[in-house]
Amino acid sequence: MADWEVVIGLEVHAELLTKSKVFCGCSTEFGADPNSQVCPICLGLPGALPLLNRRAVELAVKAGLALNCRINQFSVFARKHYFYPDLSKAYQISQHELPLCSAGYVELLVGDKVRRIGINRVHLEEEAGKSVHAGEDIMSAAYSLLDYNRAGIGLIEIVTEPDIRSPEEARLFLEKLRQLLQYAEVSDCKMEEGSLRCDANISLRPKGSSTYGVKCEIKNLNSFRAVQRALEFEVERQKALLEAGELVVQETRHWDETQGVTFSMRSKEEAADYRYFPDPNLYPLEVEPSWVESIREELPELPDARRNRFVEQYDLSLYAAEILTSSRDLADYFEECVEEVNDPKLVSNWVMGEVQRWLKAHGLEAASSPVRPKDLAGLLRLVQENAVSNLVAKDVLEEMFATGKSAETIVEEKGLRQISDDSALEAMIAEVLEANPGPVADVKSGKAKAIGFLVGQVMKLSQGKANPQKVNELIRQKLQV
Amino acid sequence: MVQLNEMTIHQLRDLLRAGEVSCREILEAVFAKIDAVESQIRSYITLCRDEAFAQAQRADEMLAAGEAPPLCGIPVAVKDNFSTAGVQTTCASRLLENYIPPFDAEAVARLKQAGAVLVGKTNLDEFGLGSSTENSQFCCTRNPWDLSRVPGGSSGGSAAAVAAGEAAAALGTDTGGSIRQPAAFCGVVGLKPTYGLVSRYGVVAAADSLDHVGPITRDVRDAALLLQVIAGWDPKDPTSVRKDVPDYEAALTGNIKGLVVGLPKEFMGDELDPEVKEAVFGAANLLESLGARVEEISLPHAEYAMATFYVIISAEISSNLARFDGVRYGYRAEAEDTVSMFIKTRQALGQEAKRRVLMGTYFLQAKNYEAYFLKALKVRTLIKGDFEKAFQRCDVLISPTTPTAAFGFGHRTQTPVTMYQSDIYTCTANLAGIPALTVPCGYTGEGLPVGVQFLGKPFDEPTVLRVGHAYEQHAGLPARQPQMEVEKNG
Repeated sequence: MADWEVVIGLEVHAELLTKSKVFCGCSTEFGADPNSQVCPICLGLPGALPLLNRRAVELAVKAGLALNCRINQFSVFARKHYFYPDLSKAYQISQHELPLCSAGYVELLVGDKVRRIGINRVHLEEEAGKSVHAGEDIMSAAYSLLDYNRAGIGLIEIVTEPDIRSPEEARLFLEKLRQLLQYAEVSDCKMEEGSLRCDANISLRPKGSSTYGVKCEIKNLNSFRAVQRALEFEVERQKALLEAGELVVQETRHWDETQGVTFSMRSKEEAADYRYFPDPNLYPLEVEPSWVESIREELPELPDARRNRFVEQYDLSLYAAEILTSSRDLADYFEECVEEVNDPKLVSNWVMGEVQRWLKAHGLEAASSPVRPKDLAGLLRLVQENAVSNLVAKDVLEEMFATGKSAETIVEEKGLRQISDDSALEAMIAEVLEANPGPVADVKSGKAKAIGFLVGQVMKLSQGKANPQKVNELIRQKLQV
Repeated sequence: MVQLNEMTIHQLRDLLRAGEVSCREILEAVFAKIDAVESQIRSYITLCRDEAFAQAQRADEMLAAGEAPPLCGIPVAVKDNFSTAGVQTTCASRLLENYIPPFDAEAVARLKQAGAVLVGKTNLDEFGLGSSTENSQFCCTRNPWDLSRVPGGSSGGSAAAVAAGEAAAALGTDTGGSIRQPAAFCGVVGLKPTYGLVSRYGVVAAADSLDHVGPITRDVRDAALLLQVIAGWDPKDPTSVRKDVPDYEAALTGNIKGLVVGLPKEFMGDELDPEVKEAVFGAANLLESLGARVEEISLPHAEYAMATFYVIISAEISSNLARFDGVRYGYRAEAEDTVSMFIKTRQALGQEAKRRVLMGTYFLQAKNYEAYFLKALKVRTLIKGDFEKAFQRCDVLISPTTPTAAFGFGHRTQTPVTMYQSDIYTCTANLAGIPALTVPCGYTGEGLPVGVQFLGKPFDEPTVLRVGHAYEQHAGLPARQPQMEVEKNG
């Protein structure tokens, strides 16, 4: 039986973070009332003409630079024709033969190997509107409603080379791509809001073969997990066909998330002919090298470089640096906090642990955290000064997330300041030793472990405010061990 | 005595400024004429009587206040493919019946700004596709010179309105001759300016790379005056050119001494009617007598112009008409599902529009793109090159506007290619984007007007207008008016 090699290429659409649409001045804000952000241009009223948004070009170039692409000085807008109610001009302004960016790559860490995935092209185009079907699905709907707020929002389409070799690699690629686009502030890449979408092409071939097998295109992939699962399903389906001596049919397949299967949508023969031709209203786009350079200056430090710097500058493990730089916001959060408390290890432990935990619990991102880096720094300073124990500090952080109060305030209001004063501690220790003759005898007879129990009892008595190290020390003195 | 509704813009302007007439009186004369002849001519799809009188009143108030914008109180007709805020814009198509745009086309906005009065929206071939206005889905416009003949097209309504005294001037659009051919057929002046000089914003596109906005007027001076108002950069049109606009009226010096006038031999071929040919040679001789030098020149790729033109226009039309799907505005056919609705709605397109959509769809298919569309773009570049070469030697070119004078109804509708041939001398200027002016240059034995065409370098409207004006001043054509009243019932 042949050993199969999986060949995957992705087409990713990302909405650009421009304030206005790509060919008109309408707002791009998400969630507005239906058809409240429209004008003659994005509604395709007869006689309206497109006006290219300069910022959209800049963001697309930025994406190209982040993906190591060549930025083409001349690119051409083309019309892509198809009939659909939410496509207001019955064509989409896109790029076809001469895209804005080409020949780039993305590097991925897969296991301990660096894999380079080629980027065929990045081009600029416009969004269609949105159809809302009254009923379960489009076939049974009694009617459909159309919202053109999305029509005309700027999009980039990123097409990879067929360099991806496993469904997992496809997911890792998408995570990396999202990270890059978010870092570069090109797109917010929210799959749930549809600002990032992905179609996948997949084929199998015998290992060592230099020609490609017959591919299928998979659509309706609504999460990174769906991409991986659908591709895993497709690998098995195609493998079964090939091993049974059957042929894979070139077609478009639809991923059914609930059933976990793909099914055929349309064959190659039914594939649309989009009748591309250069849009006569838009002259070829010229992006001067000097413009590209000024856009390059806008690019922030990209994630790989930042991760490596974290390892070096803050003496963090590669693992910690990778997590902390996974999003630009989190990395910024970390660095702002380090600036205040100057203890990278302490900050990294807290950011990766407790902060991430509460962000997740509240469904927040680092950027929208109510506990700002300087707030966290306030808490960590109390820890550094031994004013609160680690344990108490964790509770304080929870409270900070819940109430938005500062660490100082919470500690003062609740009287949580750690007790390190010998006389106060000694009184409590005396009480505990008297009440626990058994463990005291154990300790004296050399069972050092029992000290922990006694310390715990003191902590309990102090309602967690006793300094545990100090208590430990004092018990040892008292029992002379 | 010339009636107010038959006067030129500059005559009216002088009378208004002298306080001898009011805008209201001018408009009354225009509507009196419309009431008398419109049932036969049918220049208009929509008349804006009430709004027009309100505009005329405001114009009179401005004059009284001592403000006189350049077209103050001048009654102008606008082809019904210009968007007009609050006034239906049909393109003579059932698909846009009752479509009321929420905005004015830029050229219309500039007319209003200049004080012009909008008389109404004129008839055209559906979406500008045709050369006789017979492809209008609403009414058939007749040529005021001979009611059994077509006015030309696609701006047939605009040309007929000006010729019949139903407006002082009109706006038209010209994709392959749609201003110049009907102007020639109706014995008036028509100018297709340089591509990018006049904004296309708000003009319902036939073919974006070929569409031009321009004036149809009673004389060359009027064309200059109207162009002055509508020309100039518009940030809403991405193909509009940012360039200073010269003073066109000042260019009408009457002096053409020393100019070199090229006569392209390819435009004097066998298809040219002998009477038209004679009139054009007569015009060339007159220019020589005024001190110009006329030389025969060659535009070697002109013979491919018509084929090139119809590939490009059809491709762009198939794209531009696709949006009329019944979803957002205009006509919608009721159907069980969306796809059937698309199909049934689009069946309402007229025959010529359907023909162009089918041809264009074919030319743009991936398998045909290179052989047809791409090839046409290449030939288009060669045709532009022909003109560039010609203009290294010549200041302007002279040619017939059309191969024949106006033809009869139904004569060419069954043979589309003979219809397309009426654009044979005009469509090259659209491919090259250069300015082209038609001026009346005589009459056939049957008394039908004939036009002569002057072509110029890009943005050299001043020279084109200067030559057209000098010719017009010295041509000494008999002052004839169309005689349509003779056939009026009662």
